[in-house]
Amino acid sequence: MPEIRSYTMNFGPQHPAAHGVLRLVLEMDGETVLRADPHIGLLHRATEKLAESKPFNQTIGYMDRLDYVSMMCNEHAYVRAIENLLGVDVPDRALWIRTMFDEITRILNHLMWIGTAALDLGAMAVFLYAFREREELMDCYEAVSGTRMHATYYRPGGVYRDLPEQMPKYRESPWHKDKDLARINSAREGSLLEFIEYFTEIFPKRIDEYEELLTGNRIWKQRTVDIGVVSPEQALAWGMSGPMLRASGIEWDLRKKQPYAKYAEVDFDIAVGTAGDCYDRYLVRVEEMRQANRIVRQCVDWLKANPGPVMARNYKVAPPSREEMKNSMEALIHHFKLFSEGYCVPAGETYAAVEAPKGEFGCYLISDGANKPFRLKCRAPSFVHLSSMDEIVRGHMLADVVAMISTYDVVFGEVDR
Amino acid sequence: MKSMTDNSVATHGADEAADAFAAALAARFGAKLGRAVAEHGEVTAEVPPECWLEVMAALRDEAEFRFEQLIDLCGVDYLSFGQAEWDTTDVTAEGFSRGVEGDGPGRFAWANRPRNVDIPHRFAVVVHLLSLTHNRRLRLRAYCGDDELPSLPTLTALWPSVTWFEREAFDLFGIIFEGHPDLRRILTDYGFVGHPFRKDFPLIGNVEVRYDPEKQRVVYEPVSSVEPRVLVPRTIRDDSRYEQASIERKQLEDGH
Repeated sequence: MPEIRSYTMNFGPQHPAAHGVLRLVLEMDGETVLRADPHIGLLHRATEKLAESKPFNQTIGYMDRLDYVSMMCNEHAYVRAIENLLGVDVPDRALWIRTMFDEITRILNHLMWIGTAALDLGAMAVFLYAFREREELMDCYEAVSGTRMHATYYRPGGVYRDLPEQMPKYRESPWHKDKDLARINSAREGSLLEFIEYFTEIFPKRIDEYEELLTGNRIWKQRTVDIGVVSPEQALAWGMSGPMLRASGIEWDLRKKQPYAKYAEVDFDIAVGTAGDCYDRYLVRVEEMRQANRIVRQCVDWLKANPGPVMARNYKVAPPSREEMKNSMEALIHHFKLFSEGYCVPAGETYAAVEAPKGEFGCYLISDGANKPFRLKCRAPSFVHLSSMDEIVRGHMLADVVAMISTYDVVFGEVDR
Repeated sequence: MKSMTDNSVATHGADEAADAFAAALAARFGAKLGRAVAEHGEVTAEVPPECWLEVMAALRDEAEFRFEQLIDLCGVDYLSFGQAEWDTTDVTAEGFSRGVEGDGPGRFAWANRPRNVDIPHRFAVVVHLLSLTHNRRLRLRAYCGDDELPSLPTLTALWPSVTWFEREAFDLFGIIFEGHPDLRRILTDYGFVGHPFRKDFPLIGNVEVRYDPEKQRVVYEPVSSVEPRVLVPRTIRDDSRYEQASIERKQLEDGH
């Protein structure tokens, strides 16, 4: 029998642990990975080219569909790029709302991450618990924007509308009635802000529950400790950002270092790891959820105390109110021009980045003065992280590749764009 | 020229800092760096392609700059830059068809481009660097000399993170990175023809796929099912409407 030294294995694109459509060509020596060659692009939709053919505002919705588990953070980067070029003043309340929803999005993303990562490594229950809290946060998305995921809520000049006075309630159904219905609606009697406040009170206990399932769990530690170690030098050279960079011991967070929205005015800490392995990345993300919860609470307090406009009163960018349109010819014309032609952004270029849950998400925008972008480039953290795959997993076992893919926290909507 | 409450904390005095940094760059590199401009608190510098590697290595290694991270690299196709589909400067008898049939992006060759635009070459590569040490960003642009076969030296030896970015720019724009270890297509389909992000590549693509029951496999055919259509024409309005808007807003607020 001839001796077979190494062989090639196809992983994905339809594998449940491939987090979407990653096709990984692995050169194996027994169970050991000699070389990993990720093939991406199976979800390529040419978002950036589509953006060139549409007025600026129509692309906000496409941003949600890039990293489809941290929707509003993507919108934030794009909207900030447009605001940079236009020089629009954004009302304070809109900035606070953006800060709050960025952090809600961070919790949503990390919950999704903790659920799927644990599922990949064989812990089923975490996934179910994580989706319990995701449900409540998605209700918040729905309350402000009407959709549970692809919100299109941030607009240049502010946000689409103010927070609703009434949190939507569950209606009676064959599965929820009487006492049960009253119980699940008990936190939803007041406004959206009161519901979020309630959430920030219960959520730390929920994080304790996940930690109880995982942090001290022997199997979880065996699968993650000392697996996929990224040294600080590697993290810098491979352009890593977000939890990937911080788990390797580098204290870098755009919310602190280059603050945007209202991050300079809220109090929070950056979680930094030491070992740079999969376990540290888990710890960093769990701590980020606690910190995000802290920030959300501070935003709720501010927003409760300070009503005000949430959209710039610049009718070249933001539509006038219905009421005004009934009485003012100019308002009607503004409305018509805004929705038929859009607005022209002064010629120039800018790069606006936000600390998205996965890392630095940036939009590089070139305008030639037209009502459509000339070029839009989205810098997606997952794309950069995945490019280091070969270097990081080389020499690991096949099962560790799965652990590594899940702690990269890749989402193919933004890898492939 | 611009000030924003959103960035006011981050860019408090950022314009002066950006100007100072642009001056420092000009002092260090001289002719190796084209003009360095500071706009919106961001510094952009042009690099001649022959100095591309040398300037980048200095920016990464010298203590004054120390750009540890390459954040982003992307290609840009300047075909049709500054060209509108809807000419609104004078009265015309033509209607909406101007937007549909006019000289829009991708509808004229580079040689017939509008001459009023100050762009030396068609293709450019733009790099965004980040220095964690100095908490500073820098944007660098190099125009590829040859419009037919655009190329630049690869940066893979300096920052490994650029490997996929350069593959992407090659795939989407056809820019060749000399010395790149693995310059394959990355985002488009296996066997794809053309470079889809070039402005003369149609938005709807050139081919469509369907399952052929006779051949019992998926076949590629020229696009037949989609009619290319411009719903909102590209318009460039270089007038005072934004100043006008802020004046009107003030009047409105005073009136109430």
